[in-house]
Amino acid sequence: MQFVLNGKPTTLSANPAARLIDVLREECLLTGVKEGCGEGECGACTVLIDGEPVCSCIIPAGQVEGTEVVTIEGLGGNHPLQHLFMNEVGAQCGICTPGMIMAAMKLGDAPTLDDIKTALAGNLCRCTGYSAIYRAVLKWKGMPEPDTAGEMSVME
Amino acid sequence: MRAAVSALDMRRATSLEEALKIIRDEKRMPVAGATDVYVAMNFGTLVPKQFLDIWALDELRTISSRGDTLVIGALTSYTSLIQSQLVADRVPMLVQASRLVGGVQIQNRGTLGGNIANGSPAADGVPVLAAVDAIVVLRSADAERRVSINEYYTGYRQTMMRADELIVAIEISPVEGKQWFRKVGTRAAQAISKVVMAAVRAPSPRIAFGSVAATVVRARETERVLSSGGSIEDAAETLGRELKPIDDVRSTAEYRRRVSVNLLRRFWADTE
Repeated sequence: MQFVLNGKPTTLSANPAARLIDVLREECLLTGVKEGCGEGECGACTVLIDGEPVCSCIIPAGQVEGTEVVTIEGLGGNHPLQHLFMNEVGAQCGICTPGMIMAAMKLGDAPTLDDIKTALAGNLCRCTGYSAIYRAVLKWKGMPEPDTAGEMSVME
Repeated sequence: MRAAVSALDMRRATSLEEALKIIRDEKRMPVAGATDVYVAMNFGTLVPKQFLDIWALDELRTISSRGDTLVIGALTSYTSLIQSQLVADRVPMLVQASRLVGGVQIQNRGTLGGNIANGSPAADGVPVLAAVDAIVVLRSADAERRVSINEYYTGYRQTMMRADELIVAIEISPVEGKQWFRKVGTRAAQAISKVVMAAVRAPSPRIAFGSVAATVVRARETERVLSSGGSIEDAAETLGRELKPIDDVRSTAEYRRRVSVNLLRRFWADTE
């Protein structure tokens, strides 16, 4: 299969029925892609296909033919949102972090907290309680934090 | 993944014509966004190992109107449904339902045709289609046929689709009356439903439920009570008798029955 991976034209001879996550981790050695649940529930394996966040654990590798795939490694290691996840303590154990950051990449300008919650609704974090993650994303987008503490909690 | 990758065989079709020829000649399970198929495979519960990847069939991704009928290509993703003005104008509750499917990642890959083909009684989109009497368009290499979604399921995950057919489109006639949708699950995103209700308030109300039977169902007796001028109390009592939910990992039969009746009352009050 031929596709563009983190900006580089790539040709692989993987079984098209293999899971994309396995091809990315084991053949391309992009171990920033994490496996959490293996059933599209937790979002840890999120990568971008043509700019859209997807769960690489439930995508047949053959479906990336002709597309552009970006993993956390494709951000270059010095992305402002990566620093904000560290500075705001949006990462604790770190397993959800690459997926969270990749899911956040789809956000447009000036997102509301609701927009951020919707964009990250498919990404589970069992450490942070989400507030620090939302804070990191809001700061990245130059948006003020809502005043009330309650709004920053994940519960509606 | 529980299945050995080397045992898996996936062919990729790049046109509908090619796909239909392949499944005429070979027994292969069609795979679109894989959001159900690959979950089952990761779990080791899926038996087929021969797949036909139809994701590349862009001709099945259009949303259009033909006369006054809304025609949704089978490979239309939930994200595309959410973004479609035509769908928002005609069947706003399908947009509501689509927003509650998984999270963004699943909405980007999950398709309306796949939701139908997978046959889960807990499908989020199918109760909406049942409430508006949508037509499923099935095509094989040499014929096309149309089946009402309300006749499409013959049992738990059993459908009228033959192995040599693909769902190519979903057709929806104009919907008269107020549409109402509600999904009840453990949380808004990423939860499989305990009860889903989709309904249309009109002189002859149309009421569909998911997750309360082996298939998505229409509450026909309850509809009859309401269309013949019966009170909402009579209708609620009828619904309590008519639905036969089961206990499972997500909920109990009794909870589902009570919630369904409450949803019916809420629907009736909200659409007055």
